Amino acid sequence: MGPAGRGSVGRIVVVGASLAGLRAAEALRDEGFTGDLTLIGDEPHEPYDRPPLSKAVLSGWLTTDHTVLPRVRNIDARWLLGSAATGLDVPGRQVALADGRRVDFDRLLIATGTHARPWPERAGGGLHGVHVLRSRDDADRLRAALLSGPRRVLVIGGGFTGGEVASACRDLGLNVTVTQRSGAPLASALGGVIGRVAADLHRDAGVDLRLNTTVHALEGDPAGRLRRARLSDGTVLPAEVAVVATGAVANTEWLADSILAADHRGVRCDGACRALAADGTVVEDVFAAGDVARWPHPLFPGHPLRLDHWDNAVAQARTAAHNMTHDPLDHRIHQPLPAFWSNQFGVNLKSVGLPTIADQVVVTQGSFDQHRFVAAYGQRGRLVGAVAVDSPRVLNGYAALIEARAPFPPVLNAPDGPAQLDPVDAEFPHRASPEHSVTRDSSPHIPATAGPVLTAHQ
Amino acid sequence: MTTTTPCSATDLFTHVLRHGNRADPYPYFAQMRQQPVARMDDGTWLVSGYHEIAQLLHDPRISADRLNPQDAARPAARSLLVQDPPNHDQLRRLVTQEFIPRIMGMRDHIHAVVTQLLDAHTTPQPGQLDVVAELAYPLPVTVICELLGVPREDEPVFGSLARRLTRGLDPVDTQTDEEIHELQQARTELVQYLEVLIQQRHTAPGDDLLSGLMFSQDPSGGMGPVDLRVTLGLLLIAGHETTVNLIANGTLALLRNPEVLARLRNDPALATPLVEEVLRYDPPVQMSGRSTLADIDIAGTTIPKGARVRLVLAAGSRDAKRFPDPDRFVPDRPDNAHLGFGGGLHYCIGATLARAEAQIALTALARRLDSPRLVADPPPYRENTILRGPEHLMVSFDRLTPDVQAN
Repeated sequence: MGPAGRGSVGRIVVVGASLAGLRAAEALRDEGFTGDLTLIGDEPHEPYDRPPLSKAVLSGWLTTDHTVLPRVRNIDARWLLGSAATGLDVPGRQVALADGRRVDFDRLLIATGTHARPWPERAGGGLHGVHVLRSRDDADRLRAALLSGPRRVLVIGGGFTGGEVASACRDLGLNVTVTQRSGAPLASALGGVIGRVAADLHRDAGVDLRLNTTVHALEGDPAGRLRRARLSDGTVLPAEVAVVATGAVANTEWLADSILAADHRGVRCDGACRALAADGTVVEDVFAAGDVARWPHPLFPGHPLRLDHWDNAVAQARTAAHNMTHDPLDHRIHQPLPAFWSNQFGVNLKSVGLPTIADQVVVTQGSFDQHRFVAAYGQRGRLVGAVAVDSPRVLNGYAALIEARAPFPPVLNAPDGPAQLDPVDAEFPHRASPEHSVTRDSSPHIPATAGPVLTAHQ
Repeated sequence: MTTTTPCSATDLFTHVLRHGNRADPYPYFAQMRQQPVARMDDGTWLVSGYHEIAQLLHDPRISADRLNPQDAARPAARSLLVQDPPNHDQLRRLVTQEFIPRIMGMRDHIHAVVTQLLDAHTTPQPGQLDVVAELAYPLPVTVICELLGVPREDEPVFGSLARRLTRGLDPVDTQTDEEIHELQQARTELVQYLEVLIQQRHTAPGDDLLSGLMFSQDPSGGMGPVDLRVTLGLLLIAGHETTVNLIANGTLALLRNPEVLARLRNDPALATPLVEEVLRYDPPVQMSGRSTLADIDIAGTTIPKGARVRLVLAAGSRDAKRFPDPDRFVPDRPDNAHLGFGGGLHYCIGATLARAEAQIALTALARRLDSPRLVADPPPYRENTILRGPEHLMVSFDRLTPDVQAN
């Protein structure tokens, strides 16, 4: 049944009013949905763009007022902003809100995204000066803290967000220390080889980079203001601002009592964005998209994926909207090639495919020493990912090779490549354990093949 | 063209090269796309499908070096257009650093040049205008000469050199010995002319692009004398011979679609998507050459290592697998990721400038020409296959009004 039939009428509720929720709502109208459309968002703000928060906003090039997402079309929707969803009754077709309201639906899209993993209270998480960076309010608070002239900023976690925050701090002339559990920044996303380039970038920019180091506790003064951090190597580091950048946690608490298979790693769904029940069966009329969705990618079997990527949120929103308005026979499978980028320390990093599952890496083009190159990632003789450092234009070519399941190392003979490709170990640290996690819910014992949760930036 | 027997890639390409088909090569492109990657008898591969072209434009196994076997006709020094990384990247970076800042904020100036060019023909009487000779050609030429720092009085010399050199971009086997000889002669003259210009800058540097390229502060070092001459030659041809066709092809599309012309007259904002549609529907640069560095599996076949590849951009941008209703001119077409500026490493450096020039020129024509219509449809076309466009575009009108509504 196409948009002319059942798919075009009824009540659709979208929980989550950020990038995926907004784009899905727009796509629903594009698909011909003429029924009642409701968007529910826990934040009071209208949908905004997150990537600038850790870059232009912190550096002061942009205020958060300017991060509002452009509207592609009029969606004629009811907006329930500032009211978090707290429960889902699938059989009763109702979403419960924090303010006690209940919203009826015929079809539901879950696009609640993630939140930054918080620092535990018992280790100083409640101190004034301890920040996370996920929402625009987070960004406003952190920007204000950075402008207050702290003598040192501590960034806990050397992933993409951590690197971007540290980069912004250096732009502002602030002293900054980055602690990283493994032997290199970005190591869990891109491996140790590229991580060493990231380490150079940090140090060349004047960042005090502490590798193989974790934070045991944050400590404050009697007024509850952050004063110092106690590091795993015994060092006591004075700091007035700490930014906890230890990864993202899916916003699924509100689904705890539903029948859905949902946990901190995301909402399980199938390739058509249909949510799954705990027993693995499809839950009719409930869909998921964006950072919260965790689904099997045909190109990477055995790895249910959850992607914190801007492009994925948009694409998955469109696929979900199409499928919500069409019969299962006309459903599309969501199988975009993962892609994301980061700008830090004046360098553009762009990734396609799934470097995290690789066992080997090789520089295929450019100059590793000059920090302008492309690296290809292989898993058991197959090309699975590529990362471009300050050479983003060539990456689409690698994307096509990855989708074509090209062999690794790839035969390129690129004119700016080495005469012979000599792959080396990609040096991924304990893949499934999130860096710097001090919470106990991070399932450190999941085998590597069971689920690399890609927690890239934004 | 017969419809009973399917044409081979070689036959189709021969049809496309034929001057008699210049006005409308698109039916041949449509046939080509039935086999989006096809080998011609001379071993060159024709690629005409959108997705296949897009892939190869970005493919690391592709070289912009044409591996042209006729070395005799190949200049000793080569522009970044036909170079690969890392040389290409360094040259391009230098050009980008000097070129892009100089074209920012140029819209008002472009508008002034357009106004001036059309003011020369303003009349309350019915009349005729050759849009190519009076606007589409002189606009980009004036702008690129100003940017480069070529004295206005030298423009005729420069312009005729550009025209002669453009023919050199067409497939070598379509050129006569005489033409090849003429081409080398033109190259020599260009080098001589540029030498004088460069010498002048050495003694008296200005703030023009040429001075910028000569005295670049880039840490990788500036441009050597040979690269400098070749790069100037490239900018010269690109500045003279591409935007002219964009403006002319856009005018043609407007005159063939009067309802679009009327819309543009009342809604200048339409110019932005409209120019993108011209770049898709009737692109100034129709094809681009490459060669393969490794075997490439694509579209069910394998292009072997060392093959010459011709990416037919104009065919790809009309691929129904990518664009709904591809043969229709839709001025506000959504999601219009055309191939008009190429893609990947060699994506057109001048895209921003070309867009601005075309948007402003077409808007001015739409506003100022009262009841314009084509004198000849199709208009006469130039010989060139690759940088394809009308030789003249005679338009008759009831009035050519002054620019009352400058913005």
